[in-house]
Amino acid sequence: MAEIVADVPQRATTRSRLRGVTALLGTVPFFAYVTIFLVIPTLVVVIGAFAGSGGVTLENVKALGSSYILEAFGRSIALSLLSALIGAVLGALLAYALVTAKPDGILRRVVTAAAGVLAQFGGVTLAFAFLATIGLSGFLTVWLRDTFDVDIFSGGVWLFELPGLTLVYTYFQIPLMVIVFLPALDGIRPQWREATESLGGTTWQYWTRVAGPLLAPAFLGSFLLLFANSFSAYATAAALVSQGSPLIPLQIRGALTSEVLLGQQNVGKAMALGMVVVVSVVMALYTLLQKRTSKWLG
Amino acid sequence: MAGVIARRARRQRAFRWTVLIVLGVFFVLPFIAMIEFSTRDSTTWPALFNWPELSERYPALAEGITASLLQAALTALLMLVLLVPTAVWVRLRLPRLRRLIEFLCLLPLTIPAIVLVVGLAPVYAWVTYFLGGSSLTLVFAYTILVLPYAYRAIDAGLSAIDVKTLAEAARSLGASWATVMWRVVLPNIRSAVLSAAFLSVALVLGEFTIASLLNRTNLQVAINFLGKSSATMSVAVSLTALLLAFVLLLLLSLLGGRRRSGSTVDTVATAAPVATKEPAA
Repeated sequence: MAEIVADVPQRATTRSRLRGVTALLGTVPFFAYVTIFLVIPTLVVVIGAFAGSGGVTLENVKALGSSYILEAFGRSIALSLLSALIGAVLGALLAYALVTAKPDGILRRVVTAAAGVLAQFGGVTLAFAFLATIGLSGFLTVWLRDTFDVDIFSGGVWLFELPGLTLVYTYFQIPLMVIVFLPALDGIRPQWREATESLGGTTWQYWTRVAGPLLAPAFLGSFLLLFANSFSAYATAAALVSQGSPLIPLQIRGALTSEVLLGQQNVGKAMALGMVVVVSVVMALYTLLQKRTSKWLG
Repeated sequence: MAGVIARRARRQRAFRWTVLIVLGVFFVLPFIAMIEFSTRDSTTWPALFNWPELSERYPALAEGITASLLQAALTALLMLVLLVPTAVWVRLRLPRLRRLIEFLCLLPLTIPAIVLVVGLAPVYAWVTYFLGGSSLTLVFAYTILVLPYAYRAIDAGLSAIDVKTLAEAARSLGASWATVMWRVVLPNIRSAVLSAAFLSVALVLGEFTIASLLNRTNLQVAINFLGKSSATMSVAVSLTALLLAFVLLLLLSLLGGRRRSGSTVDTVATAAPVATKEPAA
């Protein structure tokens, strides 16, 4: 009797395990597909970064220390920091302007919808939009020259360099900031301001002692997201910059397309790995700050 | 007190309009410039909407447009075929795998497209070997690219309905799994499927990185190529492509808005185009 009792659950588990296996079969197409087109490419980058002609090597990673790659990383990070900072500040101001408007008003709905669309705007079309605006024969350039006799490029053509790229990147950073920062601002309750005032606090004290500290993690988190966003952008820069490879994504393009230098391919993989590391660290910090934010402004 | 509040409201209104006007000019200016720039040559716009003339004068552009439209349609289709049955199946039978599926689907967000290309290059050497170098093969990579957005949309749609009860009810009435999928689950997540498809189409129409580095063509590659010879035409095409993407995404957010106000369940809100990275890049 005891034997049978012991036997039944075991048989049941075997059967459910069998059912589990057949159930797993249903996910085979998905996993196969993702393995081929996502997991293998990721592994190619990770393994390739440490692979040389004669097996495992640190040469590729060491090559990251060479001056031209370090400079490209530096410029990429500077561009991302600057465009994320400008985007975060202006986007936060715009988001605050929306919060002070009627919550279900037409203004807020239109601007958030537009921000959702503009945050996606990037790549070649964005580059051409700016070429048409402030390119050498662009609308604004020509208009300013003809009407006010002002040459915006009198100090050299800055559109294809860091200042120009920062300006162009700001165009998709501000809307992105509005989208990610608006929920945090919505979490600020009017009662907190009233409480500050009834305790005799001034507007300055409210912003520096109450709202500021509450919003700081959300602001910082959004800033990091914006940083990752512009750090991984490629198409806009590729369409604007045709001379040289000032940024790390453009260096990777160079390593991919140049077949001249043998072994350069794997340096490209090391640079790609470097990018993934930067983005992962930033995104991990972002998730951490997101948790901190949801404590108060959930 | 009332005076303070009125003064603050006035100040806030002034602040609001200053910010909106300054940033509004910044955001609208490129569009005005594109219209002005593309009308400098009066033959540009008529040529763009005259397909035979376009394909004769700008064969690369016509090829790019066709390629992009086909890629967008096929990517949306492949994404749905791959994702919807898997997501439903995992919810019904393998709830423990959900975290893994979610992780894999969101993984492309932390891998920039330019990095993905580096890893895809050897994979595509095999794709070219088996299927040839057609631009349509890019659909495989694009399906991965749209995975995070599509997954979020479809997962939100599935969370809003009780898949398990629906499936059990249908099964107990003698429906096959195919019937459950096609006639029970799918109609219930229609708007989620629609927004996933819209997002995929919008992302594919703006894709440049992978196409250009894998030496294939699409709309963006063609625009970039055209920019070197005919700037007016490339700006006109850019503007058209942009407006098309705008209409798609605005439709999507309207769809989301209607759902939000109409029903108690907020399915499309999470699927709204909240990018965590620049997908068009």
